[in-house]
Amino acid sequence: PAPKPNQPTSFEATADKEDTSAPETVVQSSVPQPKDDFQEELVIRPLHSGDIYASFQFRTLWETDFMRGNKVSHYRLFPKSLGQVISKFSVRELHISFTQGYWRTMQWGQPFLPSPPGAELWVWFQDSVTDVDGTWKELTNVLSGIFCASLNFIDSTNTVQPSASFKPLGIGNVTDHRFLRYATLPREIVCTENLTPWKKLLPCGSKAGLAVLLKSEKLFHSSFHSQAVHIRPVCQDWQCKTTSWELRQTLNVVFDLHTPGQGKLEWSLFKMFSRTLTEACPLASSSKIYIDITDDPQGEQFEVSPATHLLSQAMVLGDRRTFSVYDLTQQITFGTVRSLNLLIRWKSSEDMLRPLLHAERYVAGYGLQTGEIHTLMYNNHPYRSFPVLLLDSVPWYLRLYIHTLTVTSKGKDNKPSYIHYQPSKDRVRPHLLEMLVQLPPNSVTEVTVQFERALLKWTEYTPDPNHGFYVGSSVISSLVPSIVAMDTNSTREQPLFSSFFPCKEESSYFMRVYTEPLLVNLPTPDFSMPYNVICLTCTVVAVGYGSLYNLLTRSFQIEEPSPGLAKRIANIIRKMRGVPPL
Amino acid sequence: MKILTLLSLLATHLSASSVNIEENAGQFFSSGHTNNWAVLVCTSRFWFNYRHVANTLSVYRSVKRLGIPDSHIVLMLADDMACNHRNPKPATVFSHKNMELNVYGDDVEVDYRGYEVTVENFLRVLTGRLPPSTPRSKRLLSDDRSNILIYLTGHGGNGFLKFQDSEEISNVELADAFEQMWQKRRYNELLFIIDTCQGASMYERFYSPNLMALASSQVGEDSLSHQPDLAIGVHLMDRYTFYLLEFLEDIHPSSKANMNDLFKVCPKSQCVSTPGHRTDLFLRDPGSALITDFFGSVRKVEITMETINLTEPIQQVEQNFVNEERQKETYSYVDQLPVSEIIHQKPKQKDWHPPDGFILGLWTLILLVFFKTYGMKHLKHIF
Repeated sequence: PAPKPNQPTSFEATADKEDTSAPETVVQSSVPQPKDDFQEELVIRPLHSGDIYASFQFRTLWETDFMRGNKVSHYRLFPKSLGQVISKFSVRELHISFTQGYWRTMQWGQPFLPSPPGAELWVWFQDSVTDVDGTWKELTNVLSGIFCASLNFIDSTNTVQPSASFKPLGIGNVTDHRFLRYATLPREIVCTENLTPWKKLLPCGSKAGLAVLLKSEKLFHSSFHSQAVHIRPVCQDWQCKTTSWELRQTLNVVFDLHTPGQGKLEWSLFKMFSRTLTEACPLASSSKIYIDITDDPQGEQFEVSPATHLLSQAMVLGDRRTFSVYDLTQQITFGTVRSLNLLIRWKSSEDMLRPLLHAERYVAGYGLQTGEIHTLMYNNHPYRSFPVLLLDSVPWYLRLYIHTLTVTSKGKDNKPSYIHYQPSKDRVRPHLLEMLVQLPPNSVTEVTVQFERALLKWTEYTPDPNHGFYVGSSVISSLVPSIVAMDTNSTREQPLFSSFFPCKEESSYFMRVYTEPLLVNLPTPDFSMPYNVICLTCTVVAVGYGSLYNLLTRSFQIEEPSPGLAKRIANIIRKMRGVPPL
Repeated sequence: MKILTLLSLLATHLSASSVNIEENAGQFFSSGHTNNWAVLVCTSRFWFNYRHVANTLSVYRSVKRLGIPDSHIVLMLADDMACNHRNPKPATVFSHKNMELNVYGDDVEVDYRGYEVTVENFLRVLTGRLPPSTPRSKRLLSDDRSNILIYLTGHGGNGFLKFQDSEEISNVELADAFEQMWQKRRYNELLFIIDTCQGASMYERFYSPNLMALASSQVGEDSLSHQPDLAIGVHLMDRYTFYLLEFLEDIHPSSKANMNDLFKVCPKSQCVSTPGHRTDLFLRDPGSALITDFFGSVRKVEITMETINLTEPIQQVEQNFVNEERQKETYSYVDQLPVSEIIHQKPKQKDWHPPDGFILGLWTLILLVFFKTYGMKHLKHIF
């Protein structure tokens, strides 16, 4: 069992004793070690389509200060690799996610933490950084080594600086968007090599606690898999005069429905993860499993075993939901068999609350010359309208014609109240389009813009250019009206999944929706042409020039054939005689 | 008399065993290397080249099992087979049919993947000429006491190896890269294994010392694949690497098998092609080089009786005072979508544009000057 963080350890005490030779006089004290705290939780939510949604969250809180010249040298629960990254690159907030698959909002509802397909990285730097672009480049290289991902492909051609979206999620008083950078890599593959270093960042690794369930063979055999790391400064207490650093590692996964047909569906921890739980992580102060039973409070449709009497209610995604809670720090949860295998039997119901905000995007047009990007945003609220902020980052090789940009709702023109457009520069930066649009109630808003495809230089094509080129997802940030009054008191003890986005007002909550990434075919040249041209040219030159050269410089001489043997002997005899040869 | 003979026998026995011990100790230090590195490269893309990824991963697995840690392995895979959408069992790569052995494992760390596997990156890793912000896991940080294992697999031809179907590396480039490594003292001994068609052509041009090379086929021969799996639908391994993996499964970290056993792997009867090897540049006798000199990492431990003084820890002295000063300031969370603030936000004009009408006025001025100097009779030619 690890020592309690509140007490000074023996290491501290001996250091105080032996300090007589130190150059600076040490004010003796039992300066307490910065307190750190680790919590883990798992939320399981059966979805209306029959799939099951599991969301892991691991949070480490650390009361320390990486900035202002402090050299942090003793790491306990907070991973050292990330701590060094934060202090070296003066990072204020870091959010990175790796996702495989696309979240289907209409079938699955809203996720607790949205993420786009591929890799997404957005970082707020401290205002002490002078060269943000250089620091950003170094940071992406370092992160590519930590997470075994090809994040070094993030450069100025796919980095944007949003002017209104992606406000900091942690505390802070200044928001100058010069210090924000956002980039996505929609083509990035997520596999075990990304999960392995992610698991290594956890205090208990994958050996104890909820992380034992994270086996790659089951996690990647799913419809949706997303793992993320979020680092931000948060308030330490309700007064909020000091900050602590929060590291959240989240993993969202949606498992497929394997057995089609009617009847009861059955899910268990062993069936989902091929493991059961035997203990909580010893370093965790809280380790809980929540099962969403809101759709069935009477217990008719659901059956959860082993049964539990702990219930909790939480305000999440604008709705009040009820959860059965399993506390893994209590030995009684594991029962006599010392292992916990939750079993859920339920009947899928037909009706699901329609998600209030939903978005789609597709490419229209034909041919390899021009095209059109259509983004559709659905507001499914019956009588309330709300504003959304649309962020589009389009690579430079799709030349957007912004004069063809139209925003229509219900057939009529809907003028955005704020537009920020930064045009692209070939091979330097992408297009950035940000718009604040008010979505009328119960409507579809369509944003269209025409584009033309550019011809790349032949070295800029990927080794498999016929696959196509990806355009990153659009990000739609909005304040959606909530069904119940949200809790703005941020200090009450809340489950982790409901306390990610800070809540400022009671009537609405903040949400982000990502659209699909687009796959666009660019006109692809025939890559064997340089070889063909070289062969042909060399042949023509060799045959043409060679023949001409020979004709001009060759001289002809008449040569007698060599005589036969008899003639040669006769010539020798004649030479001896002094007579001219034959 | 009997005591004398007994004593003399004992003395000779002791001297013989001590000579044995000294021989063993001598062999322990004869290889001259202190650390091991491995660079494992798969150069092929696309699903039907599954077997090249399986080749590389099986060598990776053996090398990890025999002791080389992930921090000393640079693994380059040009495409992702495990999480490919065509893979019926995601997060697995199998080397034997009927899915017996998953070489992908649960704790794999791929350093270069996808489009990053290029000839330039491969040569930069070998020679160490990487940009300063490259992370440690992507660097080959070897020194002059390192034994390096380099394994390449993919599609090749006479004198070249194809990278991702778009570029090639030639045997001359490879030989020059190894010479650069030798000049910069980046290796002690290097074992080069290549499993491609006509692989022997790749080591023909080597000229640096302390290189040993193995190839799966001679010039003019093709290396063949081993067996397909009907569930996955592609060939799982190449023959040479399949038998190499079988051979390596029998090696354990303290094994005394030497390089001559490695040369015998996969004779023509099993491989259909003739594997080749080259040892003329290797200064030691191949029979004295152990397999674990390259594939394993037997760490040499030195026991010392000295005491080492630890440096003083850094004292956080001033922190209390700083905290008190800062306590006056209250922090708060930022509003995520401040609509009114956004609407009144004016985007900053970074680029300076000339005032409106400036260009028009400039052209008018130019035309006026022109007509003034050359007269109005030219007007009819312009308009």
